[in-house]
Amino acid sequence: MDAALFASALGALTPILFAALAGALCQRAGVFNISLEGTMLVGCFAGVAGSWYGGSVWVGVLAAALAGTAYSLVLAVGTITFRGDAVVLGVAVNLLAVGLTSFLVQTVFGTRGTFSDPALAGLDPLTVPGLSEVPFLGEVLSGHSALVYLSWLAVPVLAVFLGRHPWGLRLRGVGERPEAAASLGVPVDRYRYGAILAAGALCGLAGAQLALGNVTLFSENMTAGRGWIAVVAVLLGRALPYGVLAAAVLFGLAEAAGFRLQGLGLPQQATDAAPYVVTLVALFVFSARRTVKRST
Amino acid sequence: MRGLRTTALAVLAAALLGAVLLAATGANPLVAFESIVVGAFGPDGLPDTLAYAVPVAGMATALAIPLRAGLVNLGGEGQLVLGAISAVAVGLQVPGVLGIVAALLAGVLAGALYAAFAAVCETALGVPLLVSTLLLSYPAVSLAAYLVRFPMRDPGSSLPQSEQLPPDVHLPALADTGLTAGLFLVLAAVVVYAVVDARTPAGFEARVTGWGPRFAQYAGIDRPRLTVRLLACSGGLAGLVGAVVVLGFPYRFIDGALITPQYTWIGLLAALLAAASPLGTLLAALFFAALTSGGFALERATQVPRELTAVLQAVLIIFLAAATGLLRGRKGAA
Repeated sequence: MDAALFASALGALTPILFAALAGALCQRAGVFNISLEGTMLVGCFAGVAGSWYGGSVWVGVLAAALAGTAYSLVLAVGTITFRGDAVVLGVAVNLLAVGLTSFLVQTVFGTRGTFSDPALAGLDPLTVPGLSEVPFLGEVLSGHSALVYLSWLAVPVLAVFLGRHPWGLRLRGVGERPEAAASLGVPVDRYRYGAILAAGALCGLAGAQLALGNVTLFSENMTAGRGWIAVVAVLLGRALPYGVLAAAVLFGLAEAAGFRLQGLGLPQQATDAAPYVVTLVALFVFSARRTVKRST
Repeated sequence: MRGLRTTALAVLAAALLGAVLLAATGANPLVAFESIVVGAFGPDGLPDTLAYAVPVAGMATALAIPLRAGLVNLGGEGQLVLGAISAVAVGLQVPGVLGIVAALLAGVLAGALYAAFAAVCETALGVPLLVSTLLLSYPAVSLAAYLVRFPMRDPGSSLPQSEQLPPDVHLPALADTGLTAGLFLVLAAVVVYAVVDARTPAGFEARVTGWGPRFAQYAGIDRPRLTVRLLACSGGLAGLVGAVVVLGFPYRFIDGALITPQYTWIGLLAALLAAASPLGTLLAALFFAALTSGGFALERATQVPRELTAVLQAVLIIFLAAATGLLRGRKGAA
């Protein structure tokens, strides 16, 4: 397969990876977060709006992370403070994001559906010195946006945080045995708030990569199911940072292979469906080996 | 059980937030709300509201059926689309009134089998239902998109759409309202759901499972069988809704035409709002359909984007879920 294909697959899976890490963090804290899709969409809009009005793509990235954090407060307050149902709230938060961003794109930018402008600043590709010289690998791994590299960095950081840092260990305790954690004086609700808000920031970054890295525009409902794929990646990767990475890569490879097969004459609709089918089959395989812990 | 007062309070809070949003965009909230109500229920708007309410109410009921037992079917979209494309495929082959019946049955069967497969994924293969229904939804939509682009494509058109069904395979129209006899099919489904839910052991089993899955298991309710059965009913009704839509104007399957109006997701919101109670789900679906159809009138009258009504719908659910949780929490503490 050619390097350009792998390179584009890497770019395409970054938003999913960010969102899946966000989902994993929440899962480990005992919060079932299905609002990744909507939070990512809010990040897309805030990223584009920030880049447009702030005049710099980094203002956009910051705005996306902050907006994602702020937006995830809805889920945090709803599920933790008010003890509402996480699935109901997640579905509503996702729909709210679709409505809200469509509403805002019209009231803020005065256009319906899609906002794009040649003057809108997007993320520039970075050339990694040294690496870019290596044949094939250089072409695949170099020349991505800074957020792509940040997402790779986020995987070991999250793994070390959950595996070694006292806060990470307490967070896992909160997720696995909330009563036990509480009896040891760990503030359960505060840790869960932290997990959801941090997940919001990660989803915001996912949105920024999608709207300012993969493309440079905002369009209605542009996340198109990526947040749901992230939910599945969390499940498939058992909420482990490296597991989630593997699941996201599997998804990206399925997509890349799909594009490849499209070149060989397979219809585009088959390749659209391929990642979902591959994921489902992977879930069958994994659950055949071990019984999946019910995650509701 | 959720009180009427909680619901009323949540509606009021959502309306208040809507008023603030409207005022922020420079519109007069009272004028805006009036235009929503007139647009939804006025003589010009009511037929549109009802025409939109039929698929929304159908999908809401379809998704309410498993929700009654605490099972969330996120794959309504795939079941709806698969039902629609199957109905068209059969309707193009079988002539006459028989064609209508065969097409409707094909829709029901396709949706039911597909949803039952998702249920089997949970009961036999260990993939949570939430995930299996959702993941199976995308391939179904892709399959339909493929079929209307290649094998089933209308040769006389450049759009991704099927051929038009012959005139004798159209559902009878009700006067010139844009409504079809499909209205009665969906109403019948709602009535059947209400009766089964309230009066039969099957409905009771589902409700008990919704109240307490572990108690239900202890009481001897076979959860896997219940899951497959409920999902088959849910998918079957979703497939019927798809069939009803394509057997009405413009009498063909157009790619995306069942997805863009958000029948499934608005239906799911309605079912969630009503905690899957049969009558409540119907009323919530009508309410949401009226809001959506009123949104168009709002846009015409005030230049405020119609998406505002979508925002209000979601906010309403959030308030309601929070309020319900709060009540449950207090009861638990007492």
